[in-house]
Amino acid sequence: MELLSGADMLIRSLQDEGIEYIYGYPGGAALHIYDALFRQDHVKHILVRHEQAAVHMADGYARATGKVGTVLVTSGPGATNTITGIATAFMDSIPMVVLCGQVASTLIGEDAFQETDMIGVSRPVVKHNLSVRHPEEIPEIIRRAYYIASTGRPGPVVVDIPKDMTTPNERYEYVFPKKVKLRSYNPAVRGHAGQIKKAVDMLLAAKRPVIYAGGGVILGKATAQLTELVRQLGYPITNTLMGIGCYPATDQQHIGWLGMHGTYESNMAMHHSDLILCVGARFDDRVTNATEKFCPGARIVHIDIDPASISKTIDADVPIVGPVDSVLKEMLAQVKESKRKPDAEALAAWWKQIDEWRAYHGMRYETSDDVIKPQEVIEALWELTNGEAFVTSDVGQHQMFAAQYYKFDKPNRWINSGGLGTMGFGLPAAMGVKLNFPDDEVLCVTGEGSIQMNIQELSTCKQYNLPVKIINLNNQALGMVKQWQDMNYESRHAESYMGSLPDFVKLAEAYGHVGIRIEKKEDLVPKLKEALAMKDKLVFLDIYVDRFEHVYPMQVARGSMKDMWLSKTERV
Amino acid sequence: MRHIISVLLENEPGALSRVVGLFSQRNYNIETLTVAPTEDGTLSRLTVTTTGSDRVIEQITKQLNKLIEVVKLVDLTEGSHIERELMLVKLKATGAQRAEVKRTVDIFRGQIVDVTSSIYTVQLVGASDKLDAFIQAIGTAVVLEVVRSGVSGIARGEKVLSL
Ligand SMILES: Cc1ncc(C[n+]2csc(CCOP(=O)(O)OP(=O)(O)O)c2C)c(N)n1
Ligand SMILES: [Mg+2]
Repeated sequence: MELLSGADMLIRSLQDEGIEYIYGYPGGAALHIYDALFRQDHVKHILVRHEQAAVHMADGYARATGKVGTVLVTSGPGATNTITGIATAFMDSIPMVVLCGQVASTLIGEDAFQETDMIGVSRPVVKHNLSVRHPEEIPEIIRRAYYIASTGRPGPVVVDIPKDMTTPNERYEYVFPKKVKLRSYNPAVRGHAGQIKKAVDMLLAAKRPVIYAGGGVILGKATAQLTELVRQLGYPITNTLMGIGCYPATDQQHIGWLGMHGTYESNMAMHHSDLILCVGARFDDRVTNATEKFCPGARIVHIDIDPASISKTIDADVPIVGPVDSVLKEMLAQVKESKRKPDAEALAAWWKQIDEWRAYHGMRYETSDDVIKPQEVIEALWELTNGEAFVTSDVGQHQMFAAQYYKFDKPNRWINSGGLGTMGFGLPAAMGVKLNFPDDEVLCVTGEGSIQMNIQELSTCKQYNLPVKIINLNNQALGMVKQWQDMNYESRHAESYMGSLPDFVKLAEAYGHVGIRIEKKEDLVPKLKEALAMKDKLVFLDIYVDRFEHVYPMQVARGSMKDMWLSKTERV
Repeated sequence: MRHIISVLLENEPGALSRVVGLFSQRNYNIETLTVAPTEDGTLSRLTVTTTGSDRVIEQITKQLNKLIEVVKLVDLTEGSHIERELMLVKLKATGAQRAEVKRTVDIFRGQIVDVTSSIYTVQLVGASDKLDAFIQAIGTAVVLEVVRSGVSGIARGEKVLSL
């Protein structure tokens, strides 16, 4: 029988859970835990410079690997600093466990120093939260936290740990539970057979089908099953911003991503379809545009692990609740067995129409002889990295350009805050990826606004040698805000201009990294190459791009899916 | 439409606030809410009455079911059921009014549970609309204070909400 203190039990449970890295920041209420960390070397701790960054690092790791990220912070301000990161993970269903110190249980409710009700504060942005009421419970609670975070529809779980639960001299028997028992939590393990059959019949009868896939395919590790089904059927596939990489973007059947800044052909195909097979997506407002005008002729099959995602904004004709991998596998088997084949004639006509749409816009943009276009930067990066890099992004125009012009053929490589749209996500997320994939190229595509929201992490990069490449598409403005002001507020640029920008090259150097500024078009490719050749250096590329560029296509607000601006002057 | 949703909840600290928080976070109505432990000490029974379109009610039940501490739930209004609410009401009862108040209480099968020279305290049990009707009949002029328990409900017949 092994006797351990609560703090030692906590770290030991992490080890038994298979956790290699945790990301965090110490403080009073967490000091027993930090001392326990110090006295072992299985679980490694990465010290960030702001707790929000710890959460985004864990998040980047989780998105790239599909595993649960882990964060450790102190009570009060340490805990509240994690909230934006937790909300970011929650909106995108990212598995994560956030361990928060808390004041001693005897002080709770007395407005003690650094006391915040983290259970209450985090409640709306977590899948679940748990607090420790006795040190002996710690292994069970940790096991439960990871189980809840990673199963069903994944999400962040907060564990609140009062300081007196980790007192060094109070030791208890350590037993790491083999199984988790939760009578009230039973995620679906398979889809309803009758519904799957109905869905297959509808799929095979469709004349203008579209497959609309989301982040659930990646989270549910179902890209292989999806790809096989799509190829078997020969149908067009589009995906959400979160679903990028769930099907190879360079494949002919892929018609780009959809929604507010989706391709012309995918939005047109959706609008004119007669059947939509939605897999692991949630018909959110950045996809559907006005719901009452959404795809008037389409019947809808919706597969999701979360029943609450189904018929939330758009009614499903055939709902299927279950894990996407097993449901798709079953569908594929039935498609193969069925005597009915897709209507070849209708499908050929459908593809002809889609190809016309594709040819009409084709993600065109105007180039210039002297100004660098942001789109060109991304295209160049895609070529120079053979389309194989991990790309994280912040939020704004640069995010949309990165998603539009970097063609991802693999899942888990495009890493962005889709649901919450958190500026400041990109750099720490890239760090979390690089730490765990040291041999892969990791790019952070950002803007001069976003990067300044977590720029202090350049210091963490130095400490742990994380040679990510930061691609700052510097348009000297909060570009996406400015675009909306151009389009909806007669170009009144209220607070969207960022004067007094720092010298990012010197800033990078001050943190011990390499900074390169690119202002001339002819320098773009050579300098990108130069930066990418510095394998062991963090390079901050400050690239001056066209200040007036907008992201297109862009759906017209409150319109249907097919109502779009295709350029500053062309509205369809 | 009005719905009565009955929930079996883990009897743990924080579970109730999760349910209440859900309603405000997602902009759902709560008209009444009652909660108390059951014969099984590990479970609480919670009854909430709410209104909303079919889509909203479907979302409410799905979102409630997603809460880890929610063990089971049923929308009682989907089948035949019994609903009861308890009301304690303090009424002005002086002079000629006194007999009139008593008569109305009797008609509604209420009980006078406390008396002073100028006041009757009345207990009434029934469906919420019966309690509303009583207040209307007696007239707000004599009503000094009203306490209502909120709705409790149970399905008719063999149906049981349990583990
Ligand atoms: C934390 C946070 N605050 C505000 C916003 C609103 N917002 C969305 S895009 C944007 C501008 C981003 O500017 P920049 O990082 O320079 O990117 P650009 O659009 O110029 O490429 C802002 C302010 C946000 N998404 N996140
Ligand atoms: Mg900018």
